Amino acid sequence: MAQATQIPSGAVNRDEGGMGYLTSLPRRVVTIYVPLFVFLFVLLFPFYWMAITAIKPNYELTDYKHFSPFWVVKPTLEHIRYLLFNTDYPAWLWNTMVITVAATIISVAVSVLAAYAIERMRFSGSRTVGLSIFLAYLVPPSILFIPLALMVFKLGLYDSKWALILTYPTFLIPFCTWLLMGYFRTIPFELEECALMDGASRWQILAKVILPLSVPGLISAGIFAFTLSWNEFIYALTFIQSSENKTVPVGVLTELVRSDVYEWGSLMAGALFGSLPVVILYSFFVDYYVSSMTGAVKE
Amino acid sequence: MNGTQQVALRRAPPPGGFARIMESRNILGLIFLLPAAAFLLVFLTYPLGLGIWLGFTDTSIGRPGFFIGLENYEDLWNDPVFWLSVFNTVLYTVVASVVKFALGLWLALILNEKLPFKAFFRAVILLPWVVPTVLSAIAFWWIYDAQFSIISYSLMKLGLITRPINFLGDPTLARASVIAANIWRGIPFVAITLLAGLQTISPSLYEAATLDGATGWQRFRHVTLPMLTPIIAVVMTFSVLFTFTDFQLIYVLTRGGPVNSTHLMATLSFQRAIPGGHLGEGAAIAVAMIPFLLAAILFSYFGMQRRRWQQGGRD
Repeated sequence: MAQATQIPSGAVNRDEGGMGYLTSLPRRVVTIYVPLFVFLFVLLFPFYWMAITAIKPNYELTDYKHFSPFWVVKPTLEHIRYLLFNTDYPAWLWNTMVITVAATIISVAVSVLAAYAIERMRFSGSRTVGLSIFLAYLVPPSILFIPLALMVFKLGLYDSKWALILTYPTFLIPFCTWLLMGYFRTIPFELEECALMDGASRWQILAKVILPLSVPGLISAGIFAFTLSWNEFIYALTFIQSSENKTVPVGVLTELVRSDVYEWGSLMAGALFGSLPVVILYSFFVDYYVSSMTGAVKE
Repeated sequence: MNGTQQVALRRAPPPGGFARIMESRNILGLIFLLPAAAFLLVFLTYPLGLGIWLGFTDTSIGRPGFFIGLENYEDLWNDPVFWLSVFNTVLYTVVASVVKFALGLWLALILNEKLPFKAFFRAVILLPWVVPTVLSAIAFWWIYDAQFSIISYSLMKLGLITRPINFLGDPTLARASVIAANIWRGIPFVAITLLAGLQTISPSLYEAATLDGATGWQRFRHVTLPMLTPIIAVVMTFSVLFTFTDFQLIYVLTRGGPVNSTHLMATLSFQRAIPGGHLGEGAAIAVAMIPFLLAAILFSYFGMQRRRWQQGGRD
């Protein structure tokens, strides 16, 4: 693939073939592989840069004359050691994990009930409720954080995990409900009718027929909710004050940057490790993730 | 509950009071909806109303406010910084969305071709979208560093510039830089969702068009684009919505500086409300975003109408 870039671009003809077998290899190289690798390079370079900065000793970091910035001569774990033992980073990771898991479980559980009710019970007004859930998803946190801050303060939740566990579902529930509605719709009615004939109650149908069949949908909703709450920033920034209660994104940004000394190494290490849990989860469930993301706009 | 019901079924009389309630669609539906509705009413609908109310008061942190009518909005109307933030937000949204759409569509078309390791490429391309925005923004902060920027270094090595570029220090460059970072993060979302749309287009349409002598451009213009329009409408509405209300990227990279040139409405609202303490004024700025969002939602609503969609196609 490396020699792909060597092909002179003079032979470009803006006639890209829809049917692959009709186009010759050089043309494919120019119209497909070269742009693809440019895209890949641009999209992935920041991660490489993050990783390489995280293990670069400080004297190499700021000396571009003697060391090529693209490589690291003597890798060091100093930044990571500093991050783990001299800052609250482990606490941030733990907080983020607790908050994310709690918010995800609450949201998925609540959404399953709501989605089932809207999609399958067809009670009066269910379509209106479905539409308002969709509209709820479009209300952005940047509009809600000020009144929510006031509420969190009045409820005595300021600077506690509960402030985030209770507010994250506001953007998770609409999304999960919406996703699960789409999923439940693919389950044939006949299965439910059979269960009803056999004397099952609605609860039993949900627990023994619908849920086992919608495990993929539940996984999609779960990992998407996990990612969304792991990445959340503005609520965590507003509702949490003390360093030991912060989440990773807020902690890395507000606690690792002190005065004018930018600890780029530890900052990048912090960003890298803070991204890892989502990336690992994502890499195991790529297809679920993609299907939930595209399902949200398709369907 | 099960017991009653089983008995009821065996003897076949009409079910008793409790069982009947549990089978009534309306009541059971209500019970199932209750937790979600409670969450959303308490933590979404109520704060939304409270936010609008706060916009009409002079509430500050630690002091309950009084109703002051439209004073906040009058102040904002005469506030050049607010208008600058509106301009920035619109510029940021329009430029970033257009570029995201163009590049995202291009990437989607590339990925729609026959490729080896396609699943791998697709997975890797989504990474910028998956990783927490704040954390990737921190990486961009370092990439945009005034002294040690890797971009400046590369350009200097290539002999294109002689001095490092002050990416985040100059108003115009700062705007371009934050927009570029936003585009970087947004391309994967647009590309992957459009790719899903492209994959639903039947290849036979392209074959028919080719037999009729259509060129590549004509196939794109008259087959791909019309088939893709509904999904483009939805994807771009989301993209516009996320971009318009963006907060994290600006907060990390510039905090609205230099001289407010990158302040978006969301960051200005945060700055006035939380560090500044003027909750009322911050809320008023947030409320000022609502008309724009409504416009985007209406756009999406009509985009969706073109396709049998979520609510079964009758909405």
